[in-house]
Amino acid sequence: MTIADKMLVVPVSQPERRTLRLEAPRSWQMLNLAELREYRELLFFFVWRDVKVRYKQTVLGALWAVIQPLLTTFFFALLFGRFGGMSRHVSGPYALHVFVGMMPWTFFSNAVTLAANSMVGSSHLITKVYFPRILVPASSIVSSLVDFAISFLVLAVMMAAYGVAPTWWIVTMPLFVAGTVVAATGAGVLFAALIVTYRDVRYVLTFVMQLWLFASPVLYTLDIIPPQYRRWYAVNPIAGMISGFHASLLGGPFPLDVIAISTITTAVLAFAGVRYFLQVERRFADVI
Amino acid sequence: MSSDAIAIEKLGKRYTIGARQLGNTTFRESLTSMVTAPWRRFRHLSGNAEDATQFWALQDVSFRVGVGEVIGIVGPNGAGKSTLLKILSRITAPTTGFVDLTGRVSSLLEVGTGFHPELTGRENVFLNGAILGMYRNEIRRKFDDIVAFAELEQFIDTPVKHYSSGMFVRLAFSVAAHLDPEILIVDEVLSVGDLHFRNRCLGRMQDLRSEGRTVLFVSHDLTSVRQLCTRALLLSAGRVVDDGTPGEVTRRYEQQHHENGAVQSGAVDRVHPPRGYHLKRVELRNAAGAVASRFDAGETMEIHLWASGPAPENSYTVEFKLLNDDDHVISFGAANPVQNIYYRAEHEHFVCRVGPLPLTEGSYSLSFSIGVWNVARWDAWPKAIGFTIERCDLFHTGHGISNVHDGDFVLQQEWLIGP
Repeated sequence: MTIADKMLVVPVSQPERRTLRLEAPRSWQMLNLAELREYRELLFFFVWRDVKVRYKQTVLGALWAVIQPLLTTFFFALLFGRFGGMSRHVSGPYALHVFVGMMPWTFFSNAVTLAANSMVGSSHLITKVYFPRILVPASSIVSSLVDFAISFLVLAVMMAAYGVAPTWWIVTMPLFVAGTVVAATGAGVLFAALIVTYRDVRYVLTFVMQLWLFASPVLYTLDIIPPQYRRWYAVNPIAGMISGFHASLLGGPFPLDVIAISTITTAVLAFAGVRYFLQVERRFADVI
Repeated sequence: MSSDAIAIEKLGKRYTIGARQLGNTTFRESLTSMVTAPWRRFRHLSGNAEDATQFWALQDVSFRVGVGEVIGIVGPNGAGKSTLLKILSRITAPTTGFVDLTGRVSSLLEVGTGFHPELTGRENVFLNGAILGMYRNEIRRKFDDIVAFAELEQFIDTPVKHYSSGMFVRLAFSVAAHLDPEILIVDEVLSVGDLHFRNRCLGRMQDLRSEGRTVLFVSHDLTSVRQLCTRALLLSAGRVVDDGTPGEVTRRYEQQHHENGAVQSGAVDRVHPPRGYHLKRVELRNAAGAVASRFDAGETMEIHLWASGPAPENSYTVEFKLLNDDDHVISFGAANPVQNIYYRAEHEHFVCRVGPLPLTEGSYSLSFSIGVWNVARWDAWPKAIGFTIERCDLFHTGHGISNVHDGDFVLQQEWLIGP
């Protein structure tokens, strides 16, 4: 066959169109990154919608993002710091300690809860139109970042009020934010997939998040954990992220052992969560 | 070079009828089903109970659609039309076989998917456009056309929760009409609604046809299939049973339909009964006691059900669910807890008298299940039998009410003049 013949087979003016094959899912699904790139605008629109609707439907709008962590911090500081005597374990102001811990915790807890319920909440979309399903929980996580960003403004005010200046270690802070996002993604998509199949996991989730707060160094410091349990404590993915976040903002030693273990469990959680989600993704429309 | 836009090879879709489908709503039921899930999965893997819990919505479907063809898929309820549509729209994956789609695909199962009432018309155009697969630049470019087409210029910055339903549909349809697909997969829902809207949908599809686009159109409405399509395909019980010109296929379908298919014969024996205790036969009888599949609104109906033998226990219930032709459950009945009737183990023949039927003209089907309420479900028989309401004129005015536009039920009503 000459080159000219080939040209006839596939005319230059009419480029061969892409063929899309739909078939039974293979057992080992991985993230289709090329497809996700193609759908990145839809992710943007989902996030934009979530943020817009969230602030349109509330009286106080974006102020919620300020009020919620401030009020929780106030009560925790009063209960645990003043009445409970927890403040003597903390070197700086206890309220600031709690607030800094509450920032990634609030983000994590909101992001996981929103993401977990997002699939069921979007069932009208999932049964009517195709897009990579992971965009639904992913958009919940990204939109929770908006509140997280707002809480940094409050933090700046609080640090100024307490006269605490940030150190150069603050440059490491984005790493721990990223780690928290990865952990939230893992837990969020895992619970999202579970709730589609087992609706009552929803109740379990509320309970899990309550316990999870106390298993994380928000109200106390790592020092109160007995050394022999420290390693096990660090299995909690966000224990390392919160303590690292803390150290980067308020200065102080980085608990590298805890951070290292948490980083590993964060990676495992994210991998397992995304894997499980993709595994059951194709069934969603049938069971939702 | 192949000129097929859609190539479908040996496509099959198997559904598992889980407890969920029959109303697994209580916390306790969910918990028990959660605990027994691994066991059920194991049974599933080892091939047991296959018949009881699984059915093929589509089986061995193969056909090709050439570029520029407008193909209409017709068939009775439960033939697999919506399953085919869902597979082609990538909402669900096939169990066997494959589909090759060559070209840019848009599928429309409804208009206005993802519209959010709190957002303005403008915001919803962007959101809905993105959901339907348009890029932001593309939407921006077409935005003025979309708004002009919907005739909503003044209201475009109003939240759509303040729109009338007509305005809402106009905007939603306008976005959909500005899609630019090479292959359009479209559901019949677009052809219901008010006449004006329906004509616009059909008009838009005619445009696509003259532009040489490929359209796959799933419909109940044989007239629009004849008007629009260049070819028609008849699905029945999950298989392609006829393929040809729209005129021939729809005529043969109408003939079959009127000679009563198996589903609407008034009596059905279970074709693939599950092993073990099960429901084996159902009959519908009219007030005169004759087996029937057509009723008029206001008539009473007797449902007769036979089990395969004595039941495993005493004090159990038989339930029915009434489905409309979109397969939505519209009513429910049960020996208990709806009524305090408890069957005994030796009973094998159950009768439920329902009526007077308040249903509108159209076709309906019944699903059954049997077991101990909230404890065990021994057997489920989804969409066991269908029936037709031929005439709905409850108030004897000569005006029939059909389920195409006016819902499935007619309420008792009394019209007066205010004081």
